[in-house]
Amino acid sequence: MSLKQNIEELRELKAVAEKGGGDAAIEKQISMGKMTARERILALLDPDSFQEYDLFVEHEERNFGMDKKVLPGDGVITGIGTIGGHPVCIYAQDFTVMGGSLGLKHARKITKIMDHALKMKVPCIGINDSGGARIQEGIGALAGYGEIFYRNTMASGVIPQISVILGPCAGGAVYSPALTDFVFVVDNISKMFITGPNVIESVLGEKISQEELGGARVHAEITGNAHFFAKSEMECFDQIKTLLSYVPSNNAKKANDIEPHKPTFKKKIENIIPSDPKQPYDVRDIIRAIVDSSEFFEVQELFAPNIVIGFARLNGETIGIVANQPMYLAGVLDCDSADKAARFIRYCDSFNIPILTLEDMPGYLPGVDQEHAGVIRHGAKVLYAYSEATVPKVTVILRKAYGGGYIAMNSRHLGADFVFALPSAEIAVMGPEGAANIIFAKEIREAADPNAMREEKVKEYTAKFANPFVAASKGFIDAVIEPGETRDLLIHTLAVSKEKEEYRPVKKHGIPPF
Amino acid sequence: MEIMTELKDNTGLVDFAVTARKYKTLLTEKFRNRKVWEAPNEKEVRSHIPGTIVKICVSEGQEVKAGTLLLIHEAMKMQNRVEMPYDGRISKINVTEGEKIPKDFVMIEIA
Repeated sequence: MSLKQNIEELRELKAVAEKGGGDAAIEKQISMGKMTARERILALLDPDSFQEYDLFVEHEERNFGMDKKVLPGDGVITGIGTIGGHPVCIYAQDFTVMGGSLGLKHARKITKIMDHALKMKVPCIGINDSGGARIQEGIGALAGYGEIFYRNTMASGVIPQISVILGPCAGGAVYSPALTDFVFVVDNISKMFITGPNVIESVLGEKISQEELGGARVHAEITGNAHFFAKSEMECFDQIKTLLSYVPSNNAKKANDIEPHKPTFKKKIENIIPSDPKQPYDVRDIIRAIVDSSEFFEVQELFAPNIVIGFARLNGETIGIVANQPMYLAGVLDCDSADKAARFIRYCDSFNIPILTLEDMPGYLPGVDQEHAGVIRHGAKVLYAYSEATVPKVTVILRKAYGGGYIAMNSRHLGADFVFALPSAEIAVMGPEGAANIIFAKEIREAADPNAMREEKVKEYTAKFANPFVAASKGFIDAVIEPGETRDLLIHTLAVSKEKEEYRPVKKHGIPPF
Repeated sequence: MEIMTELKDNTGLVDFAVTARKYKTLLTEKFRNRKVWEAPNEKEVRSHIPGTIVKICVSEGQEVKAGTLLLIHEAMKMQNRVEMPYDGRISKINVTEGEKIPKDFVMIEIA
């Protein structure tokens, strides 16, 4: 055969394999409102940047008639390409090939590209669309999952790992996304659960749809398993591109700086925060008033909205922001918000992203449900994450900083590098009402008019302690600043923190309250 | 003190008590749907896991000593023996053999 014929033959083989499950299966995939695995990769990567690996890998299973089954690419497409000019490794499960089911060779294609990503120190993106383990392959499939989980763990904190759920992702399959940094879901397409509706119905007799059990909204709003929620696959891909623009390719690098821009948001901080500490506002307006171009890329927007986390830029440099949100649940810390904040802090620390904390919170959420759900150990995660982090850590106390919440929200005592307070700050052991009730219990009880006395004592306490100056007098905060100074001062703190070095005792790893 | 009071306006804001002060704020759906704690009733024998009642070993009205096998509740391929927590009389049995029950289901009531 001549080389020309060889090339022809290669092209034919590739064309067949690239079709995956074939025309009928592709048509079915499209009728479900889904893109094909190959379309997804091409839509996400820069044009003409995809180089596929392992197109001709075949499974080796010989039981249950599998010896007669040809599965192109063994149901997964893997390779390398670029996003925004930066290299990424990627894989996409192909639902048109035996339901995207995971067999040993399918898994080994994935682990090969993961190993490659870790070696090349580039982000790894996994697009999940699979019915689960290929049961015909028995424990070979289980081995495959385990080998993926192991690599997810090894790569954790070294390269960004992104999971995109664009179809079913059930049983053992859910644990790879759970081990990665960010999980993207799309409305009506993503489904994640350990045991599906069929098992639940047969065991419990409870009827529930896939969407109600583990749809995109459930994971974005209730479980917190998902970090980004999109209405369409294309919107989801835009979110991934935006995320990657904010983070470095690996933990030895800093994120790329871009051209600095002034905020475009016109409202001033002093006009956003109501002086009455009982009145809410949207803390994201404060963020918009501070950061470059007023652009804030929020993470887990729908889950535990009483704390806001996300990425922005200050003078062109990426920062991570953690902010109490008075608009929801008064901005308290509770099990979910503590968990959400702590993990984000650890992400930023792993990838050399300075952390800005904006504080306005009355404390931890009281209630039997919270105590029984373990608010102690969940709340402790925040203390651990802030204390452990060695990236530049800056806090601005906007208004309330009471009790345990004051300590938790990156206080000086947990190792903050800079703590500023606006004149509206109230840094105190608790709210004036609660403090007055305890300290002046006797005076209030014995007064001719206890209510009038209580009111007087609350006023007295407020005047003396509900301000930033007591904390300033003890050196717990570095400066009381005017709201208008905030942005410039934050840019200054970043500039002087560029060479920050802080060391921790040598250890294998800590034992955070997981 | 009530943890929250709905305000009679259209903002969706509630008065939300955190210690001694009430803050105006929005609630999340998850918070609204949270399970409110109830003191356990020791006269109820509840299921700790969803499963199937395989065998019932007592009948209504029967006096039973602590530790007596009440029923076998199969869950996750394991046959769990549910025993009488203290001496007493079975006042009501709310399950039948073969019945599938959810978690926290009152299987037996003790007088």
